Amino acid sequence: MPLDQTARTPFTKVGTRPLRPDGVDKVTGRARFGADMNAPGMLIGKILRSPHAHARIRSIDASAAEALPGVKAVVTRDDFADRNDEFRDVLVNVMARDKALYDGHAVAAIAATSAVVARKALALIKVDYEVLPHVTDVEKAMRSDAPLIQESLITAGLDPAATKPSNVAARHQFGHGDVEAGFAAANVVIERSFRTEATHQGYIEPHACLASVSSDGHGELWVCTQGHFMVRDTCATLLGMDISKLRVTASEIGGGFGGKTTVFIEPVALALSRKAGRPVKLVMSRSEVFRASGPTSSTSIRVKMGVSKDGRFTAGEAELKYQGGAFKGSPVDLGAMTSFACYDVENVKVVGYDVLTNRPKQAAYRAPGAPMAAFAVEGVVNELAQRLNMDPLELRLKNAVKEGTRSAFGPTFGPIGLIETLKAAKAHPHYSVPLGPNQGRGVACGFWFNFGGQTCVSLNVNIDGTVALAVGTPDIGGSRASMCLMAAEELGIEYDRVRTVVADTSSLGYNDVTDGSRVTFASGMATIKAARETVKKLCQRAAAIWGIPEDAVVWEEGHARPAGPNAGAFPPLSLREIAAMAPKTGGPIAGHCEFNAENAGPSFAAHIVDVDVDHETGRTTILRYTIAQDAGKAVHPSYVEGQFQGGAAQGVGWALNEEYIYGADGRLQNPGFLDYRIPVASDLPMIDTVIVEVPNPGHPYGVRGVGETSIVPPLAAIANAVSAATGIRFTELPMSPPKVLRAIEERRMKLAAE
Amino acid sequence: MAAYHVKTTINGDPVEFVCEAEEALLDVLRDRLGLTGAKEGCGTGDCGACSIMLDDRLVCSCLVLGPEAQGRRIETIEGMAPHGDLHPLQRKFLEHAALQCGICTPGFLVAARALLEKNPDPSETEIRYWLAGNLCRCTGYDKIVRAVMDAAAELREDRHAA
Repeated sequence: MPLDQTARTPFTKVGTRPLRPDGVDKVTGRARFGADMNAPGMLIGKILRSPHAHARIRSIDASAAEALPGVKAVVTRDDFADRNDEFRDVLVNVMARDKALYDGHAVAAIAATSAVVARKALALIKVDYEVLPHVTDVEKAMRSDAPLIQESLITAGLDPAATKPSNVAARHQFGHGDVEAGFAAANVVIERSFRTEATHQGYIEPHACLASVSSDGHGELWVCTQGHFMVRDTCATLLGMDISKLRVTASEIGGGFGGKTTVFIEPVALALSRKAGRPVKLVMSRSEVFRASGPTSSTSIRVKMGVSKDGRFTAGEAELKYQGGAFKGSPVDLGAMTSFACYDVENVKVVGYDVLTNRPKQAAYRAPGAPMAAFAVEGVVNELAQRLNMDPLELRLKNAVKEGTRSAFGPTFGPIGLIETLKAAKAHPHYSVPLGPNQGRGVACGFWFNFGGQTCVSLNVNIDGTVALAVGTPDIGGSRASMCLMAAEELGIEYDRVRTVVADTSSLGYNDVTDGSRVTFASGMATIKAARETVKKLCQRAAAIWGIPEDAVVWEEGHARPAGPNAGAFPPLSLREIAAMAPKTGGPIAGHCEFNAENAGPSFAAHIVDVDVDHETGRTTILRYTIAQDAGKAVHPSYVEGQFQGGAAQGVGWALNEEYIYGADGRLQNPGFLDYRIPVASDLPMIDTVIVEVPNPGHPYGVRGVGETSIVPPLAAIANAVSAATGIRFTELPMSPPKVLRAIEERRMKLAAE
Repeated sequence: MAAYHVKTTINGDPVEFVCEAEEALLDVLRDRLGLTGAKEGCGTGDCGACSIMLDDRLVCSCLVLGPEAQGRRIETIEGMAPHGDLHPLQRKFLEHAALQCGICTPGFLVAARALLEKNPDPSETEIRYWLAGNLCRCTGYDKIVRAVMDAAAELREDRHAA
């Protein structure tokens, strides 16, 4: 086995909980986020946004705005060249072309000497709109009489091929076997329809950037993003610049959860800067974030499942409709693939429809597409368990996928930890605590693929024996600590002798976005490979110093040593000693890795939640919450627990309160944290975690991504708990107090009438 | 637009600035005085990321106008670790991994310090309700609440020892 693929145990650093290297800056206010950077001569940018859900833009007259003292540049659709390639949608979303496609769609932008002047100038831009009929509901958008959002959109994936345009961008299908035969063989069949509302990632830091383009065409961009290489390539393309002429630096990032994996304001800021010849800072307001960044899909899902009387699933069928806003690309394909991914089902058929509406273009949100599908499937699984009078975790265990199972979406699973995870949940003391009146317990499990992707790191040994590690994946939740741990583990040096930075786009090769729970897996594996290359070079230097062959030197506990008595008797050389001699033994010592990380092991989770439902107000209180999830190997367990807890908390919000509410006029009614209610500290209890470790053979330490799986089960687990507490099956999210109260009262009236 | 000349005290230092009538104190701190530790998460007083102390009262600085700072005493996150000595809350936030992205952290620290100055021995529920004006989207609050409880215990011990 090649050196860089060998597994490593036991660990001395990995699995410990040191303080994060960026911690002091973040508790003292020193850390610089997107909006915290300024430049000499800087202007302030502001964007004019459509107040209409759907409107033709007849003309834009910015002459009065341009004449206002202090205004230095105005940009509109005319400042961006049309595209017909894969960048067309991102361009149209960044700046409206012939039509405004949703409430909040950017129409023009201004750079001025102050925010006050910029705001005044926005009010002077005259846009002549022809308001068009709109549609924001996924089912209504699919009707043949729905207003067409993209007039030439032909549904992909239909057989026979579609000929007329519609709002359905694509049909996806996955599965195997014969579902009709499967349902015929079942003793119990349940079919239900579900709906979920769109939610927002809700990162606390609004999108922010500082752009500076000089008159020779060189550009600099400071931006909060999950992927500065993606930002560079996209912006350079939209602005017609060479990629090498744009250097993008990732700021500290105040949350992303998938929502910062694309561009919104960055090309606009660069265009303004280019036109004004001065740096331009552009920061979204919170209402702009809600109206014009990338929330997730709202969905309509039908699930049908059959089970034999001994508790084996005989068939699973699902139809998923996800709206992704005014452009193709909702994560319905991922929802369809993940629907039955936890279960070994002989007969599966899943069909998904990617639907357009007059809403902002959706962006990824933590395990994109999966939580809604799990909400539906796991709800039916619980009902099946009830009908069979079987423990819901036991039913899941009976059908759980394991190594060698052919997944519902195609590939056969390698080593995975669903069974271990379900057993950990079942064994947890939480699962046997008695419940009081009006209380209910729910369980659900969840799956996420995880991702590897293009990765490039550089590891440099300094003259004093410390190590500088440059990665290209923005650190969104403590990943620099994990990188330091892995480098220190390989090199055999102390954790705090490694410093990890997120390097800018001119300092490293291309790195994919921080997404797909990939960073600790992929940048971590690249770090290990770069460290192993460094060790090889350190051994070469030691061999040269000692005058013995290279292969007669081994690396142990941070020291080069002769491989055995035959190699010669030399006192070991520490990394520090070899580093100090580097200028005389061949110059700088460094290790690099650039690769496409593959074999990211999937991660499974099982959640248990207890709720109390107030029958007078309809309010649901989370009493207790426990998560068991497979991490493969937890590099920094505190931040693994944090990922588990954070995903669950977002799931609580999605299940109980959060929703995009559109009025009849197609405008978003609740673009602020007062009316779009994310969980606060008093809404939640402590969240227990169990880290299951079934090593991923695709990573030298066994690491699996952990960030996304944690948001897959909670919607279903909480719905199952609320249903248990009330005796009413809830199939629509959010289960906000008015909705729950209405259901309770309707049942009261029905019972009274009987 | 008449600009206001304001004299105030920030983290113990006398400070003068000029601002416009409608300018939020948060913008003054961040854009005119270079104190970017307070963050704007919403601009409407809903997220608490811009929390500061104004004459010993916890406020959202996005809801205070710059001219209102005249003659007042302001404390921000930048004053919480004088000469680099971390406040026990700051240390406990690090030890408990009570931050992931860190954008909400300054606001939580300022708010938590205000709580412990009022109530040195808060229950978990009291901490949760006091901090309900500060939004965190990353952590689920578990580790934040634990860090505050732990810091409170340490501060009580220090006080007892003194």
